[in-house]
Amino acid sequence: METTTKTIANNEPLASTNGMKPKFELLGKKATRFGFGEGLVTLGERYENVVVLGGDITGSVMTSYFQEKFPDRFFSAGIMEATATLVATGLALSGKVPFFASYGAFAACRNTDMLRISVCYNDANVKIGGGHAGISVGPDGATHQVLEEIAITRTLPNMTLVVPCDFTEAKKATVAIGEFVGPAYIRFGRTDTPMFTKEDTPFELGRAQVFREGNDVAICACGPMVWEALVAAEELAKEGIDARVINVSTIKPLDNATLIAAAKECGAIVSAEEHQITAGLGGAIAELLVKEYPVPMEFVGVHDTFGGSGEPDELMALFGLTSVTIIEAAKKVVKRKS
Amino acid sequence: MAELKFHIYPIESGFHGPKRPTPSPDLIAKYNYANFKPFKNSKQNSDEYIATAAKEIRRDIIRSLVEAKSGHSGGPLGISDVMATLYFGGVMRYDPKQPWMESRDRFVLSAGHMAPVLYATLANAGFMEKKELLTLRKLNSRLQGHPGRDMGLPGIETSTGSLGQGMGIAVGMALADKYVSKNDHRVYCITGDGELQEGEIWEAAMFASHWKLDNLCVLVDRNHCQIDGRNPDVMEVDPVADKWKAFGFHTIHINGHSIPEIRAAYAEANSVKEKPTCIVAETYMGHPISFMNDDYRWHGKPPNKEQAEKALAELE
Ligand SMILES: Cc1ncc(C[n+]2csc(CCOP(=O)(O)OP(=O)(O)O)c2C)c(N)n1
Ligand SMILES: [Mg+2]
Repeated sequence: METTTKTIANNEPLASTNGMKPKFELLGKKATRFGFGEGLVTLGERYENVVVLGGDITGSVMTSYFQEKFPDRFFSAGIMEATATLVATGLALSGKVPFFASYGAFAACRNTDMLRISVCYNDANVKIGGGHAGISVGPDGATHQVLEEIAITRTLPNMTLVVPCDFTEAKKATVAIGEFVGPAYIRFGRTDTPMFTKEDTPFELGRAQVFREGNDVAICACGPMVWEALVAAEELAKEGIDARVINVSTIKPLDNATLIAAAKECGAIVSAEEHQITAGLGGAIAELLVKEYPVPMEFVGVHDTFGGSGEPDELMALFGLTSVTIIEAAKKVVKRKS
Repeated sequence: MAELKFHIYPIESGFHGPKRPTPSPDLIAKYNYANFKPFKNSKQNSDEYIATAAKEIRRDIIRSLVEAKSGHSGGPLGISDVMATLYFGGVMRYDPKQPWMESRDRFVLSAGHMAPVLYATLANAGFMEKKELLTLRKLNSRLQGHPGRDMGLPGIETSTGSLGQGMGIAVGMALADKYVSKNDHRVYCITGDGELQEGEIWEAAMFASHWKLDNLCVLVDRNHCQIDGRNPDVMEVDPVADKWKAFGFHTIHINGHSIPEIRAAYAEANSVKEKPTCIVAETYMGHPISFMNDDYRWHGKPPNKEQAEKALAELE
């Protein structure tokens, strides 16, 4: 299925203004869920106590890769997300590193109580994979297009939350949360989205990475919106607006230093996420900056509504999750600066 | 005493795009949808009449899925005989001209992924024009991938799609009528057998028998299949009937493709007092399409054009 947003025109490399940061070019398209699946296999090869619980959608959230390679460390949990999360807690409290993956709608929203008390309050070393994130799920419709789990998971004490921007980063992020000790949630998507980071692109759990330098406005994005932000920045440059693009792949803990520096140096912020604009990435940044260094801010995301059936690209355009909306927001916020 | 009044019937509230999708005129002509006359709902209808409706429902499922290019074939095809009996055998009380009349029986498709069979049944009962079936899963269609109450489609009582939730909602509807509004309506719920793995089902079951909800009839689509494989290979659910019995339900085990057995089971459920009923209906996923029958790999995919032609030919 052709899935990218209409705004991604071609394979032209996206130039960086001062050459300090890696150039990004479209390397192809692949869903982040495949990166999660491959990351699990890497972990399985490295560590014998990594185990995986399946939730009857293993071929969808790609835990099937692990199951094929390590059938002895894969346990089918049927369709019982809440109980699978509790079983994962028991496994973690017995020295295993359990991953349970389902659609985020169920892995985070249905499970909030279990995540809060059993996983996080216990500080259990449980890893949750939340697939089918965002509106780009497509025709399955609103029930499956989860837009609230960044908000839910980032408010839980002890939780770490990662939202990788592309396939390659998803693989790195999966390995990183496996090697890190503590509850963690990784959010990934169903639909093929641009691949643009490489093995040597900087990634570190807990660090936001500046993907493009610029001092007029900082676009802070996560997930597939990072590519949209890079595209937007190139367009903005043509109009004389020099946008910094920051990949905030770890939303909790937030990389305060990088974000405060962005506010100070750019004086305006745009957040962009495939999530409700309430309490997501934008909310997290606003909470930080309103206290540390208030600057005008605009939020790109879903505006307090549910999704619906449709093709991923038409939905992304309809719900304003493209570079076009980011460009508008950036222009607006730059005007608000003085 | 006064009653607080508010809208309880679904009204269109979701914004999914500027305009409704337009079904293909060629297909409307090919399927002769414009001249379609809805099936009638009556206890007097013969088994053959219901079988004819079931066949038409199955054809519509295939037609809508091939257009949608995504969606679930297996469950909907397998449960078509049950749906036809419910809607055309005089089991359910409803009026497509007054879809929200207070005295209607309620239908809850707890296994929301089986939406195509619900839409096809509603269209065959006259709740919407048949051509709308060709808009399944398209942007701004009232026929969402999983039933969405926000689209206000007549006959859709509740949004479902997160497994395990519809059953509890059905219990709430039954509770409201038995103890508060006392309109003497019944609530019909269909769950999948994989869906029984969700704990919510059993919490709701305990609730229903505690409150003696004899106006509730749950039917389990016992096709022994789910997404990753056959039930025992993913998570054993047997003994299904004994579980419901243990939870206080009057339990009936039937062949879910035998219209006389389905009719008899619903009639029996109607006569049971002080207990909710569970009908365990043995079905085959994808029945009766030769290349889908009893194959779990057809849980969540649509037929391609060729397969659809073949399936439609088998349903002649
Ligand atoms: C809470 C929840 N978890 C997972 C899913 C994904 N899912 C959709 S259908 C399905 C399998 C359901 O099996 P069954 O109830 O037997 O239906 P059938 O496959 O027979 O149609 C799953 C796991 C979901 N929709 N909701
Ligand atoms: Mg089943």
